[in-house]
Amino acid sequence: MEAVHDHHAADHDHHQPSGLMRWITTTNHKDIGTMYLWFSFIMFMVGGAMSMVIRAELFEPGLQFISPERYNQMITLHALIMVFGAIMPAFVGFANWMIPLQIGAPDMAFARMNNWSFWILPVAGSMLVGSLLAPGGAAGTGWTLYPPLSVQSGMGMDMAIFGIHLLGMSSIMGSINIITTILNLRAPGMTLMKMPLFSWTWLITAYLLIAVMPVLAGAVTMLLTDRHFGTSFFSAAGGGDPVLFQHIFWFFGHPEVYIIALPAFGVISEVIPAFSRKPIFGYASMVYAIASIAIISFFVWAHHMYVTGIPLTGQLYFMYATMLIAVPTGVKVFNWVATMWRGSLSFETPMLFALGFLFLFTLGGFSGLVLAITAVDVQLQDTYYVVAHFHYVMVAGALFSAYAGAYYWLPKWTGHMYNETLGKWHFWLSLIFFNMTFFVQHFLGLAGMPRRIPDYALQFADFNRISSLGAFGFGLSQLLFLYIVIKTIKGGKKAEANAWGDAPGLEWTVPSPAPHHTFEVPPVIK
Amino acid sequence: MNVTMNTLVKWLSATALGLMLLPGTASAAWQLNLSPPVSHAGFVAYELHNFMTLICLVIFIGVFAVLGYSLYAHRKSKGHKAAGFHENLAVEIAWIAVPFVILVVMAVPATKALLDLRDASEPDITIKATGYQWKWGYDYLKGDGEGVHFMSVLATPRDQIEGKEPKGEHYLLEVDNPVVVPVNKKVRILTTANDVIHSWSMQEFGIKQDAVPGFIRDAAFKAEKEGTYRGQCSELCGKDHGFMPIVVEVVSAEKYAAWVDEQKKKMAAAMGDPNKVWTLDEMKAYGEKVYTTNCVACHQANGKGIPGAFPALDGSKIATGPNADHINRVLNGKTGTAMAAFGNQLSDTDIAAVITYERNSWGNKTGDLIQPAEIKAARK
Repeated sequence: MEAVHDHHAADHDHHQPSGLMRWITTTNHKDIGTMYLWFSFIMFMVGGAMSMVIRAELFEPGLQFISPERYNQMITLHALIMVFGAIMPAFVGFANWMIPLQIGAPDMAFARMNNWSFWILPVAGSMLVGSLLAPGGAAGTGWTLYPPLSVQSGMGMDMAIFGIHLLGMSSIMGSINIITTILNLRAPGMTLMKMPLFSWTWLITAYLLIAVMPVLAGAVTMLLTDRHFGTSFFSAAGGGDPVLFQHIFWFFGHPEVYIIALPAFGVISEVIPAFSRKPIFGYASMVYAIASIAIISFFVWAHHMYVTGIPLTGQLYFMYATMLIAVPTGVKVFNWVATMWRGSLSFETPMLFALGFLFLFTLGGFSGLVLAITAVDVQLQDTYYVVAHFHYVMVAGALFSAYAGAYYWLPKWTGHMYNETLGKWHFWLSLIFFNMTFFVQHFLGLAGMPRRIPDYALQFADFNRISSLGAFGFGLSQLLFLYIVIKTIKGGKKAEANAWGDAPGLEWTVPSPAPHHTFEVPPVIK
Repeated sequence: MNVTMNTLVKWLSATALGLMLLPGTASAAWQLNLSPPVSHAGFVAYELHNFMTLICLVIFIGVFAVLGYSLYAHRKSKGHKAAGFHENLAVEIAWIAVPFVILVVMAVPATKALLDLRDASEPDITIKATGYQWKWGYDYLKGDGEGVHFMSVLATPRDQIEGKEPKGEHYLLEVDNPVVVPVNKKVRILTTANDVIHSWSMQEFGIKQDAVPGFIRDAAFKAEKEGTYRGQCSELCGKDHGFMPIVVEVVSAEKYAAWVDEQKKKMAAAMGDPNKVWTLDEMKAYGEKVYTTNCVACHQANGKGIPGAFPALDGSKIATGPNADHINRVLNGKTGTAMAAFGNQLSDTDIAAVITYERNSWGNKTGDLIQPAEIKAARK
C-alpha cells in the first residue's frame, strides 16, 4: 500500500503518551473522531434516558412519576442534549474520521485545535446535565429558551446558556478545521467536483455552522444580560420585544435543522451507491441541491413563528419560501431512487438503514410541507403533529443515517465485520418501534394535543400508551447497537481493505482497520 | 381558474375524507384527523389539510412504488447486473419542474385560506384574552356584553390529577368560567399576556394566536354551531402550562343576553362592599378560597412553595413582617419572577382575604386582619 508505506517510520517520530493521556493529548483525526463518536453515543444514552422518563410520565393521564416542573426540565434537556450532544457530535465524528480519508489528506488541517474542539464538549455536556442539580433545577423552557419564561428561570438557565456558548465554540472551531482541510488538503487531482458527497455536505454544513452559531450565542447572551444586568432586549416594559428572541433563535434554528440533515444526506449518498453497485445518479445536481437547501434555509425561519402575530405578508412570504425547499429536497430523493434503479442491490445493515432513512425522512418531509401551509400550521403549531414531524426528520432522518454510516464504516474503523444478523435485528426493531412511537403522534396532534404538557385529556390516552410502549422498545433496541459495536471492536471476521468488495472512495484503498497515519504521501487521483 | 381550483380542492378533500375516516364516525379516542370545524376559517383549514395530505400521499405512493419495484427486480441476489448510467439532464430538469408546478397548485388554495383566516375586520364582539401563569382572564371590550370580565381557571380537582379519584369526562379541559359567545356572530379575540408568552387556541374555530406580554395580537372567528368547545394553552408557559384550558360555549342570542345579565349581577356582587368590616374567621375562610384559585399552584396548599423555584409563605419574611410589604407584594408582584401583580386581577375584598389567610395559616400566627378598605387605600 503506497498510502501507508512509511507508517512505522512515522510512528517512531511521534512520542505518543499511552493510556488516558493518549486520548487527552491526541491530535490524530482518527482518535478524535472516535472520541466524538463515543461522546455522542453516551449523550444519546443520557438524552434517551430522559425521553424514557418523559414517555413513562405520558403513559397514562394523571401525574405519576415527576412533577410538572421536572417534566419541563426533562423535555428541555432531552432536546438540547440530543441536538447538541448526540446528533451534531456524531456527524463531526464521522467528519473527523472520514473527510481526511475521503479526500486523501494526512490529517485535519489544525490538529491541535481539533483536540480542543472535542475536549470542550464533555465540559459543555456536564454543564447541561449538571444543571439538573442546580437550585430550582435545570432550564424548563424547552430547548427554544423563549423569554420571558427563560428570564424567570433559576440558575439552571445560566448553566444552559454557558453550556450553549461552549458548544458553539466547539462547533465553530470544528467548522474552521473542516473547511480548511477540504479547501487546502485535498490530494492532487481531487477537484471539488470529484469529491465524495459526504465531504461536500460537510463543507457546506461547516459554512452554515460558522454563519449561525454566533447568532445563537448572541441570542443567549442577550438573555443572560436581560436576566442579570438589567437590559430589556426581550421585555416590552423596557422597550424590547419577546418575539425578537424568537426571530434570532430561529434564524439560527432553521439552518440548524440542515446542519443536522445535510451530513445525514452525505452519508446516505455514500451508502446507497455502494450497495447499488452503481455511481450516484446526478452527482452535480446533488451538490447544487445541497447548496440550494443551505441557502434557502436562511430565508425561512419565521415559519416557526406563524402564530406569534407576524403580519399577513410575512406569513405569505415565509410560506412560499418554505414550500420552495421541497424542490431541492425532492431532487435528492429522486436522485437516490434513480441511483438504485437498475442497480445490483443488496441489503446489508447500512443499506437497510439508508432505505429506512429514505422512506421515513420523506414522510417527515411531507409533514413538513403540510406544516409550511400557514392556515394548516395554525391548527398544528405546538401540537404533537410537530413533535412527530421533527422526530421523523431527526430520528428517522439523522439518527438512521448515522447508523447507516456507523455500520458502513465500522469495518474500516475496527478492522472487523460486525455481526450482520444482529445488525439486521437492530434495524428492524428500530424501524418498527420508531413508527410505533411517532406515527401515532401525528394523530394526537391532529386531535389537538399540545406538546410540552406533562398530563393530558382522556381522549389522548390510547395513542399515548402506544407511543410510550414504542418508545420503551426503541430505547431498549439501541442497547443492541452498543453490544454490536463492542463485539465488533473485540473481534469478528477480519475486514478487507474494501470491506464491501467494490465500494467506491479512497477510504476503501487503505487497510482495515485504517492505520494510525494514512496518506502521508498523497494518493494519485485519476 | 378559481372555480376549477375550488372543485379540485373539494373533490380531493372528499376522497381524503374517505381514506382517513371521518372524525365524526370514529370514536373520539381514536380521532385521526382535525376536529370537525364550526367556523369558516376552521373549515377552510380542514379542507386544505385534507387536500395537502392527499397530494403528499399520492406522491409518496408513486415514488415508493417505483422504488419498491426496483428493490424487488434489481437485486444482486437475483443476479441483476448494475447499469452504468449516472445522469440524464432531461430527467433531472423534469423533477425540478414538476414538483415546482405541484407546489404552485398547493400555494393557490393555501393563500386563499390564509386571507380568510386573517380577516378580523368588522367584528360584532371584541374580547380580550389575557394569559396569566396559569389561567386566562377575559374582558368583553366591545359589542353585546361590553364590560363583562372574569378569570377562567382549571376546574379539574387536584385529586383527579394525582390519581386519588377517578378522572371526569372533561379531565383537564374544564374551567370554572367558560367564555360565552353568541352563535353566528363574528368574534374578535385580542390576545395579550401578563407574565410570559401563552397561546390562545381553539381548533374548531381554526385559530391559534400567541399572547405576548406587552403586545396585543388578534384573531377572529364566527362560530356557526352551538356547543361547548375545548382548547388548551399552546405555548410553554412554565410549570402548569398543561393546566390552563380554554373553554368556549357558543349559545343562541337569547341565551347570550341572559348570560350577560347574570355576569353583570355576579360582578356587582363580587365587588363586595369595600367598606364592609369583616371578622378574622370570615376573612380567613374566604381567603382560603381565593388562595386555592390563585396561589396554590406555586406556593402549594401547605404554604411551603417549591424549594428553589417558588418561595414558601409559611414563615416567610413577607407573610410575617409588616402588613404594608405583604399588601404591596400581592398588589404589584415581583418583577423578573413568576409572582404576578394581582392588583388588576382581584378585588379589594379578595386581596384582603387572601393576605389575611396567608398571615394566619400554617405556622404563621400574626393575628393580623386586613380589611378591604386598607387595600383600597394601598392602591392609590
